[in-house]
Order: sequence, then C-alpha cells, then structure tokens
Amino acid sequence: MTKIGTKLGFGRKKKPEGWNRPPVIEQTSEGELLEVAMGPHHPSTHGVFRMNLALDGERVIRLKPEFGYLHRNHEKLGEGQSYLASMPYTDRLDYLCSLTNNWAYALAVEKLTGQQVPERAEYLRVILSELTRFQNHAGTIGFLMQDMGCSGTPLMYAFREREKILDLFEELTGSRMMCNYMRFGGCRVDATPAWLDATRKVVAGLPAFLDEFEALLRSNEILMARTQGVGILPPDLAVNAGITGPLLRASGVNYDIRKVDHYGIYDRFNFKVPLGDHGDVYDRFMIRMLEMRESLKILDQALKEIPGGPVVDPKAKIRGFRPKPGEAYGRIESPKGELGFYLISDGGPNPYRYRVRPPSLINLTVLEDMSLGQNVADVVLILGSVDIVMGEVDR
Amino acid sequence: MLGEGILKGLAETARNFVGSYVSKERLTTVEYPEQRIAPIEATRDFPFLVYDGKDWDAGLRCVACQICEKECPPKCIFIEKSKDKKPDAVGKQQFYPARFDIDISVCMSCQICVEVCPFDAIKMNTEFELSTTDRFGGLLLDRQQLAKSNEYYHEIHPTEASGVDARLAAERAAAEAKAKAAAEAAAAKAAAAAASSAAKPAGGEA
Amino acid sequence: MKTVEEIKAAIEAAVPGAGVEVVHNPGPSGQHSLRLDPSHAVEVAKFLRSDAELAFDFLSNVTGVDWPDREVTEKVRVTRPVTRTVDGVEQTVEETVEETRKHVERGCLEVVFHLFSIEKKHGPLVLRMRTVNRTDQVELPSLTPVWRSAEFQEREIFDLYGVVFKGHPDLRRILMWEGFKDHPMRRDYVEPDDFDYEPTAHDEVLARAKAHQAALQAAAVGHEGTGAD
Repeated sequence: MTKIGTKLGFGRKKKPEGWNRPPVIEQTSEGELLEVAMGPHHPSTHGVFRMNLALDGERVIRLKPEFGYLHRNHEKLGEGQSYLASMPYTDRLDYLCSLTNNWAYALAVEKLTGQQVPERAEYLRVILSELTRFQNHAGTIGFLMQDMGCSGTPLMYAFREREKILDLFEELTGSRMMCNYMRFGGCRVDATPAWLDATRKVVAGLPAFLDEFEALLRSNEILMARTQGVGILPPDLAVNAGITGPLLRASGVNYDIRKVDHYGIYDRFNFKVPLGDHGDVYDRFMIRMLEMRESLKILDQALKEIPGGPVVDPKAKIRGFRPKPGEAYGRIESPKGELGFYLISDGGPNPYRYRVRPPSLINLTVLEDMSLGQNVADVVLILGSVDIVMGEVDR
Repeated sequence: MLGEGILKGLAETARNFVGSYVSKERLTTVEYPEQRIAPIEATRDFPFLVYDGKDWDAGLRCVACQICEKECPPKCIFIEKSKDKKPDAVGKQQFYPARFDIDISVCMSCQICVEVCPFDAIKMNTEFELSTTDRFGGLLLDRQQLAKSNEYYHEIHPTEASGVDARLAAERAAAEAKAKAAAEAAAAKAAAAAASSAAKPAGGEA
Repeated sequence: MKTVEEIKAAIEAAVPGAGVEVVHNPGPSGQHSLRLDPSHAVEVAKFLRSDAELAFDFLSNVTGVDWPDREVTEKVRVTRPVTRTVDGVEQTVEETVEETRKHVERGCLEVVFHLFSIEKKHGPLVLRMRTVNRTDQVELPSLTPVWRSAEFQEREIFDLYGVVFKGHPDLRRILMWEGFKDHPMRRDYVEPDDFDYEPTAHDEVLARAKAHQAALQAAAVGHEGTGAD
C-alpha cells in the first residue's frame, strides 16, 4: 500500500447541490425488487441492527439502516445523576473499549473544570488505551474474517491475544470489560511494578502475533478477491459525512486526533498515521493491521518512560463534585473514531446536558453510499469493516 | 503465486492440529466445576459488608451514613438507619444499619460504593456462583447475607485488605493519642482547677 | 485559529445581516460559541465550509439542549405614592419599597454544532441556534445539505427533543419507534409507569408500576362486571 499525502481542499471544492446524497441506482432486471429485512437478529450485524434492503437480483438498490433496538437513553441517565456516577455507564457504550470511553469522559470533565492530571496517570491512560486499541482492531479483523466465511481461525487467534490483554485489565482495574478505571484528574488505582512487568511481557509477545496474523491474511487470494474494490468511500464524502477513525484514514485523509489535538501526552511519542489510498474494505483491514503496529510502538515508548508519582490529582474530589457553570467538548481518538463528550454544567452536582458523540453511529451515515450497487453478500463485509458496536450506536 | 495464501492457511491448520497434541501450554481450558483457575486478586463482582470480630451483627463497620446509597449509580442499595446507637467493634457508640439490602440483579459492579465509603465498611466480593431460581428474593441480599468477616476480606484481597487494616490502625492510634492527649489536658486542667479551688477554700475554711 | 470575534466579523462581512452573536463561556474550557440567526444559518454554514482560511469542512457533533420555561424572581425597587396620616392630616408621600417580581422567561430548544477543520487542523468552533419556543415554533434550518454528518444527528434531535429541521432529506424518528408520542430528552418528559422491566425492590418505580397494575386490574374487573350484566 502506498502512502499518499493529504488531499487538500476536499471539503471546499465547489460541488453540485446534493452531491453528498446516496446515488440513485436504476433497476436493470425485469421483475420485482426483493425487499429484505436484514437483522435485527442477523449474526453479521454485530448486535441488534437492522438494514432494510431492496435487492435487484443480488444487487443492492436501496439500504435503510434502522436503529434503536438497544436504546436506553444513556444521555438522560447521565443528566439525572452525578458526574462520577456516569463513569461506569460509559463502559457500556462501546463495551469492547471501556477504557477509551472512560478517558474521553474524564477528558471532557477535566476540560470543564480545568483539572490537571499527574504524569504517571497520563502514561497509564496511554498504555491502557493503546492496549484497548490493539485488542479492538484485532477483534474487528477477526470478526471481518468471520463475516467473510473464514470461520474460526483468525477470530480465535485475535481472541487469544485479547484474552491476555483482558487479563491485564482485570489485574489492574478489577474487571475485564467494564473497567470503570479513570477518574477526573487521574486514575483510580496505581499500577504495581509487577503489573508493568507483566504488561511489558505481553507487549513483547504481540509483534510475533501480528507477523503471523499478517502472513496468514495479507496476501490471501480469497480475502483480496472479496475485499478489494468493495465498498469504496471517496475522501471528500468521508470528510463531509463526518466519518472518523480507521474508516476515514483508509480513504486517504490524514486525520488522527492523537496527532491533531495532542490530548494527554501523545505529543511525546513517535508514531505514524497509516493511510489508505483506495478506501475499500481491504484498505480498512490493512489500516487496522498497521495501526496495531503503531500502537505497539507507542506502548514500547510509554512502558519505557513511565515515571513514578501519584496517579490522581490530590485536589480531585470524589464526593461533592460540582463544576463551575460552563460547557466543554472533549474528544479522543477511540478505536472506532472520534469519541466526544459534550457537557454543560449549571453549577449543580449533575450535568445539565450530557452528550455522547458516538463514532459508530456517525460512521454508519455512509453505509448506504458504500453498499449501493454492490452484491448483498458484500454488505456484510462493508458493515464489518465499519466496525460498529450497538451499545454505542443506540446508546 | 496463485494459491499461496490457501496453502499457507492449510499449513497453519495442519500445524495447529498436530501441535495441540504436543504442546502442554496450549491447553488453557480447565474442567470447570472440578478444576478452577486461581482468581486474579483485584477482580470484583458484588459488594459485601465487612465486620470485625466474631459476631457479624455486633461487628459491622457500617454506621448507616447512607453515602453509598446516594452515590450508587443504578440505585441498588437500600439502607434504613437505626433509631438507637450501639457500640461498634472498638466500643464506640454508633448508629448501625437496621436494614441494608443490595439488589444484585441491579448492581453493575462498578465499586463506586467502595470508593465513597469513609469507614472501609463495604468492599467488593469475588463470589460468582450466585445463580438462583428465585428471581426477586434470591438476588436481594440482606444484611446477614452481605456480612463477611475481615478474615474473609484478607483471604480474597490480601494486599488491599492489609493496606486498609494498616490505615484503620493508624487512624485508631491517632484517635487514641488525640483522646489521650485531650484526656491528659483535661486532667491537667482539672488538676489545676482543683489546686486553685483547693487553695481558696483552704484559706476560707481556715 | 481565529478567535470567535474574528470569525464573527468574517461571517458578517461575507453574509450581510447574518445577525451573529458571541456567547461567552464562563468555564475554564474557553470554548466560546456563536449564536446564529436561523434565517441565515445555511448561508453562514456554506461560508464557513468554503472559506479558504476557516475551511470548517468537518461537522463533528450536533446536539440539542432543552431550556424549559423558567420563573425568574428578581427584586426591584419601586417608588409609589402612599397615602398616610401624619399628625392627623392625610398626606400623599412617595415611598420607595423593594418588591419581588416574578416573570416567566420563555424557554426554547437549542441546537449546538461543533465544527472542526480537517484541512487546517483547527477547531472547535461552536455554533448555536435557538427555536422561538418549545411548543409550536420549533423549526430550524437543516445543515445536512452542507454537512452530511448532521443527517443522523439531526434525526436524533428531532426524535429526542422535537426540533423540526427544514430541508432535511429524511426526517424520521431514529432511536424511538414510529408512533412514539413524546420527546424523551426534554426536561419535562414524564416517564411512563407501565414498564415491562422488573423494577428494583425499593424503587419508586415499583410503587408506580404497582399502582398502574392495580388501576389496570380495577378497570378490567369493572369491564367484566358490566359485561356480565
């Protein structure tokens, strides 16, 4: 894959009215269109997601996504309880990546209150979120292969490594998936030297896994035949539709919030942002492969440099937390894309407005555009390459 | 070369097929009810109440301050504060929870109750075999079911428990020292007062 | 990035009569915002996207905020003539008294946009728009034709807050089902008491659910009684 530079001005070029709408596909065959309700109980929809398809033979003519089967009004819950009480609920948004969710929420609250985070806590946050990113991307690739019919092996390989990472999470935070680890102004508990050593050991074993994974998949003929040229997303549409994360970078747009915002301490690490140049499913698969390698680079540096000291701001309060009136939008590069929290405080113990900007939901905006004209079997792959978690889509 | 990927995949399958007979470390699963993997120390599921000493009812550390009830995100804790006070493990008069229920069908194991508790009275358990046929009664744990001894706490979370014990002992020692100093000061004051008052009436009487 | 005041000046130069207002954020985040006049919002949005220097090509977050009607109590000093009897003679004197006055500040629904620039790598620029009230004049222009990323988020605001976006290509409920009546994210939303889920043992939800069940049963019994007669 060749690396291309940022295509400048994709958002500004003069375009005809309605260019960013899904195209209209004409029916070519004789006879009736077949209406298919794919999901909500379809194993390839990664949860309870439904697509209403209109098929012309095998070709997709229309695709309307339906959401809300897992809706629990997360934002309303957040407005009815204290700032701290929302932290464990954020674990349940994107339940594969609870630690990045924790970080995004803690970051937004820290912006709202102006709290400082101790250096050791920043390092721990980076280590945990890069581990989260690694296990999420490995899992996503595994599920994508599962959707393609490559049943078992890649997913089991990914889950074997994920298991090691989840054990580390459990050892530090007490829970494998619902970690509830980060606090406003730091982290809940400190990592022991033994935990750091165990992490170093696990991280040292991951490149071998990646090599094996890549050797097996990268040049596999079936994978290439099924994914190359499928579900192409042009960069200007990706930017206009607010697509973020690996999906955006696979279309060749150089935008990684870790590099742009330098939130936390990401300006200290040396890593690259991999970019795709076709924007198809294969590029999205490769981008995730390469991002895992970059995550390992960050992990190596962070684990080497982690300083001592406290892990939580000594002035941080657990009870009676009342930010001054104001508002803040904090965002991070979660494994799925830009995860943002928007908070308005009226000075009370509960947020006046608590909003989650879910990357999974907004990345689905272009699902129809990517799928139109493709075969129905490819829709499964395109959806798999978007990488959604319904806990976050429906909130 | 066409077919290379497929051959690689087949080789991988063959390697795994043969390898699973050879390598011991690949056998990661255990026969669950008979064998168990040692739990990770920091692991948590549902809360329990710590008591000191032998008698669970007398030794509960909880003083029914109801902070955990207020802070619990899914509101699964229900506390009724006692009307009277009774001595706690060190003999200080304290309120106690007349009723303390946790609905573990609602609890989401976030351990915020543990973090906000100022008395180290509520901690996270590791017991996971809690299935029951009774949907409401079986999963609503009352005071007695929740009470676990400090020794049990040491057994499941040794590092954390010894930290808590050291902190409590230090707090207790500081409180005792303060009380002792206060008592001494009071005694000295009383003695001085007595001395001065003794001096006066002595004169008067004489 | 330019400050909000500079952006305001740039917008007013490009779109005459745009009526942009700076909203100061008192918190430490320093994310001040611009309140747009809904009648010029689409033009302003097009300008912000296509301006070479600003280049806000990426609309990240769109969300609603509900500001219900609120009773404002303020103390005012008023001077009024008072008739008094001084030394047996009736006199009219001016007297200044403090009076507590109450008035209702009309609420509105607000939509907040967070813009970033992928090309210039700056942001966020916060835009806000307000509806006239919360009941019948809840229309705002849709920015979906300018930024496609608003498509699902505006549908969500329509669903949960009840803001009607003019010019949205496909304005339907997104999270709640078709035929659902109220808007759950509004602050005066009353939760239904006929929950199917099992409430906790001490919840007020349980009391409400029991009352609801009792009422249903009473109605059913009454109905049967009339049927038998």
